[in-house]
Amino acid sequence: MTVIDHLPVLLIAIPILASLLILLVGWHDRRFCYPISLITVLSQFGAAIIIFLQVMREGTVAYHLGSWAPPFGIELLIDSFNGFILMVILLLSAATVIYARRSVESEIEPEKTVPFYVLFQLLVTGLVGMTITGDIFNLYVFLEISSIAAYALIASAQKPRAYVASFNYLILGSIAGGFALIGIGNLYVATGTLNMLDLARLLPASYELATVHAAFLFLVIGFSIKAAFFPLHLWLPDAYAESPSAVTVLISTVMSKVSVYALLRIVFSIFTTAYIFTSFPVNDLILFIATVAIIAGAILAIAQDNLKRLLAYSSVSQIGYIMFALGVSNQVALEGGILHILGHALMKGCLFMVAGLIIYRMGTASLKELGGLSKAMPISCAAFALAGASMIGIPPTIGFMSKYYLVLGALEADHWIYAGALLIGSLLAVGYIWRFIEIAYFKDNDHDEGHRQVRAREGPVSMLLPMVVLALLCLFLGIFVEGVMEAVTPAATLLLGGA
Amino acid sequence: MTETESVVIRTVARIAVPFIQVFALYVIVHGALGAGGGFQGGVVFAASFILMIIAFGLPCVRQRVSTRWLMICSVLGITIYAGIGLLCLLPAGNYLEYGAIEAALGIPHLHGYLIDAVEVGIGITVMAVMTSIIYDMADKGGESS
Repeated sequence: MTVIDHLPVLLIAIPILASLLILLVGWHDRRFCYPISLITVLSQFGAAIIIFLQVMREGTVAYHLGSWAPPFGIELLIDSFNGFILMVILLLSAATVIYARRSVESEIEPEKTVPFYVLFQLLVTGLVGMTITGDIFNLYVFLEISSIAAYALIASAQKPRAYVASFNYLILGSIAGGFALIGIGNLYVATGTLNMLDLARLLPASYELATVHAAFLFLVIGFSIKAAFFPLHLWLPDAYAESPSAVTVLISTVMSKVSVYALLRIVFSIFTTAYIFTSFPVNDLILFIATVAIIAGAILAIAQDNLKRLLAYSSVSQIGYIMFALGVSNQVALEGGILHILGHALMKGCLFMVAGLIIYRMGTASLKELGGLSKAMPISCAAFALAGASMIGIPPTIGFMSKYYLVLGALEADHWIYAGALLIGSLLAVGYIWRFIEIAYFKDNDHDEGHRQVRAREGPVSMLLPMVVLALLCLFLGIFVEGVMEAVTPAATLLLGGA
Repeated sequence: MTETESVVIRTVARIAVPFIQVFALYVIVHGALGAGGGFQGGVVFAASFILMIIAFGLPCVRQRVSTRWLMICSVLGITIYAGIGLLCLLPAGNYLEYGAIEAALGIPHLHGYLIDAVEVGIGITVMAVMTSIIYDMADKGGESS
């Protein structure tokens, strides 16, 4: 046994200890908080890469807590699907923590920075736990850890609207958590086990039970609320728009992706495709709602005046793309969906970083006041344009690749109309991304709000660097998509029940 | 602050608190063998502080048990738990595999003591967090951190 074998548990245990260390050290001197947080998240990212390479090389990695064998003990299970997700979320977390320092300095009161970093660390750890656990009740525990940290982080902006947003999210998040718990309880009643692999093995015998149908619905609706899947997205715009910029980046990329991951894991790994195709055929309904989500989210985004709200509604639309893959449920579409989890995390992370930087420099994210911004902040605007191109799906960005696979998958399943709707969604994305580009590059506000423009300049390096890296990743991972697909293809195969 | 409740309540509380705390310790230590454990024991222990707050008022209790002390306790408790978990990695065991330490050191029944230690860690944290929640709820302004 070497340290490598223990990485799955260290990935959770060490960061929890680190968050306590931040709390203790923060009393002594709050300047120490940030370095500890940075080192922890970066080493988590490093560990995630090591685990992912190990999974690619040797197959699924399992870790039994306390050496209790799986159906009875808690198991951490990392396969090609969640290994990939783990790496994506920790990449984004690492980028966010680098970005966070200056943004936190300007948006959080000094005496609140210690709790901020403690909660930040707990949020990341909870999400990592949700990703790597192989036990469905453990998934719920980590869901609550991450949710509670997220509620407090959203409220840490300390504006009245942020409190309302946080409270709304608290109510809806608690309902979601409650639904998930009821679903898990039903599954336990039906099978007598909580281990995911064991559930998948035992469930087929009870596929026709009403208990199992109820469990499926509760779990899907619960995690759809957390993922902000269209009609259940009402908490999202306020939560994204009102929370501090660093928190917005983290919850919009990492947290929403982990909820989507949990949903895919439950639908495909626990219930399997046999259930959603024959016993309880919901995928046509999900496909329909996902298509509505894509269109409606984009239209709502076009109607916004605030850059952060615009991007928040765009998230509603983009989650629709991932759920679209769930609706189609064939190999090609799932590859597109999983690729879109990576792609959307990269581009939305970059876009929200730009929005946060604009708030950092200008004190506002209102689109009306951003005229001619590209002269003052050329790098940020270029990063926005690149990530925005990926959001629209202009080749050769990663956004194009994932949508290409999604359309191919839809055509393969003979969903011609839905494939068309997906393209309309892309056209609408042009609408909202172009709004900012037009204002930033072509509109001149000099005659009415000129004073504002003069003061704004390009942001600090620690905020620009992660933003530019994410924007370039959108481009390069799109060009070298074959390399990414080597990781994505086995994940999609795994979800569909293959080796 | 003046006395908040009648002399009967104060006297009963004064007598009951030590018994509640001993019972809490019993529940915590009993966790390895039967019903009980760190969570329940910690809550019972915190209940003794809640009774003291009701009987003697918040400032009086806060003088003896400060928020800072509670914070240190809550961190200490989790550190005991996670520390013992990580300790199990040293003799090539898995996380929280007490048997590995027992086998490595050759002390019989050690894993039972380790479970007790973990329960004590949980108990300390639960006690501290419960009490600090009561502090925040009972606080009407004034000292808040």
